Amino acid sequence: MYGSRLQTLAIASVVTLAGGFALAAFYAPMDADQGFMQKIFYLHVPLAIVALGGFVFGAYQAVQHLRTGDPSRDLKSYVAIHMSLILGIGALVTGSIWARASWGKWWVWDEPTLVAFLIIFLLYCTYQPLRFSIEDRDRQARYASVFAVTAGVFTPLNFLAVRLADPLIHPRTLDSQDNLPGEMRLAFLVCLLGMALLYVTLWKFELTHKHARAQLRSLKRKLGAADAARGRSAAPEATVS
Amino acid sequence: MGRAVSALLRKELRLELRTPQVIPAMALFGVTTLVIFHFSLQRDTVEGDLAAGVLVVTLLFAAMLGINRLFVADHEEGGFDGFLLAPVDRTAMLVAKALALTGFLVVVELLLVPAFGFLLLGPAMTFELLWKVAAILLLADAGVAIVGTLVGALAIQTRARDLIVPLIGLPLLVPVVIGAAKALAPALDAAGAGALPGRWLAILGLYDLVFGLVAYAVFDFLLED
Repeated sequence: MYGSRLQTLAIASVVTLAGGFALAAFYAPMDADQGFMQKIFYLHVPLAIVALGGFVFGAYQAVQHLRTGDPSRDLKSYVAIHMSLILGIGALVTGSIWARASWGKWWVWDEPTLVAFLIIFLLYCTYQPLRFSIEDRDRQARYASVFAVTAGVFTPLNFLAVRLADPLIHPRTLDSQDNLPGEMRLAFLVCLLGMALLYVTLWKFELTHKHARAQLRSLKRKLGAADAARGRSAAPEATVS
Repeated sequence: MGRAVSALLRKELRLELRTPQVIPAMALFGVTTLVIFHFSLQRDTVEGDLAAGVLVVTLLFAAMLGINRLFVADHEEGGFDGFLLAPVDRTAMLVAKALALTGFLVVVELLLVPAFGFLLLGPAMTFELLWKVAAILLLADAGVAIVGTLVGALAIQTRARDLIVPLIGLPLLVPVVIGAAKALAPALDAAGAGALPGRWLAILGLYDLVFGLVAYAVFDFLLED
């Protein structure tokens, strides 16, 4: 039941992302200043926005976990944060390449958006070490959720704090109308949608994978096989229905 | 609630008075850090934003020591069990610990800020400068105490406690560092103390408020057993 809509979702995200990139490459006008290099914008900004959205989504699932005590919510929160971290690495790498191309430096410290993203990324990097260092499963799940909620609240607050410091070069993508002409805006929004779909697909895929593995393990146990020795893992265990 | 908080707070203070452990360690560590800054920056005096940065970093690292020790006695000597058996609101623990940590930080700052003034600060310590620094540091202390209590409670049950506190605590406290350093920089300027920047004080206040609410909402889950 977990993999039911996975195929549709996967096709939809491939089509949307490919369409978005095609729009970005052929339909959106070439940037007057930066030329072709500006096209990385259609990859970098959706990556960053979806990663941040994923962190907040993980926090939402963690709130639900704390409220209901349902272990599957903990698994959902874990996978959401896990996927966001991967997209976050992508956003940092593409951002760095873009910064090198357009500002001449790999990293710019006086730019709040970059710094805020890095701080949030570093904070979430401690999520897995935290889980790993708590052995009791219930406590691990509860503490991880407390962390996810705290960090989820921290994410917008941190951006607010650094945004109030005067922004210098990093463009604001969504709040200024004259920043993006219509064609660029359309291509960007399609790319953003595609990236969000990709995130949801990966998230569901990982959940399906974890459930399939848990089911396989319980079947093996029923067949009387010795429980395969598992390495220690930070990931929550899926419950077999 | 009020009685539980005051009982816990008295326990905390009595513990520290009978065997002073946390405050001397924090103060000593802070002074040593100032000396380290003198040699690593190779400067005899600092002012302006550099002075603000040195002061904030020193206090933050000293606070990390306090956060690491905050729940150790409760964890090892059964303080948690005793508290959980008592029919009181669990938020009392959060409030008492945050107040105790604020108190520790204030005492440490009463020692460290004058030491900073003698050892490193370029502009003379005037009364006007002191009350500005005090106002900014109080707001920052509240944020450090709230987040520190939360992180300390989170880390105490983990195996790698001493690692988890700075790893989680430092990124969470970055907005406090930004706010305090930006607010302190004009006050410590060599060209004469500037006015208090209201925007950064407001950010510090907002941070304290938001994390106070978050800690209030999630702290109970850290004590459940």
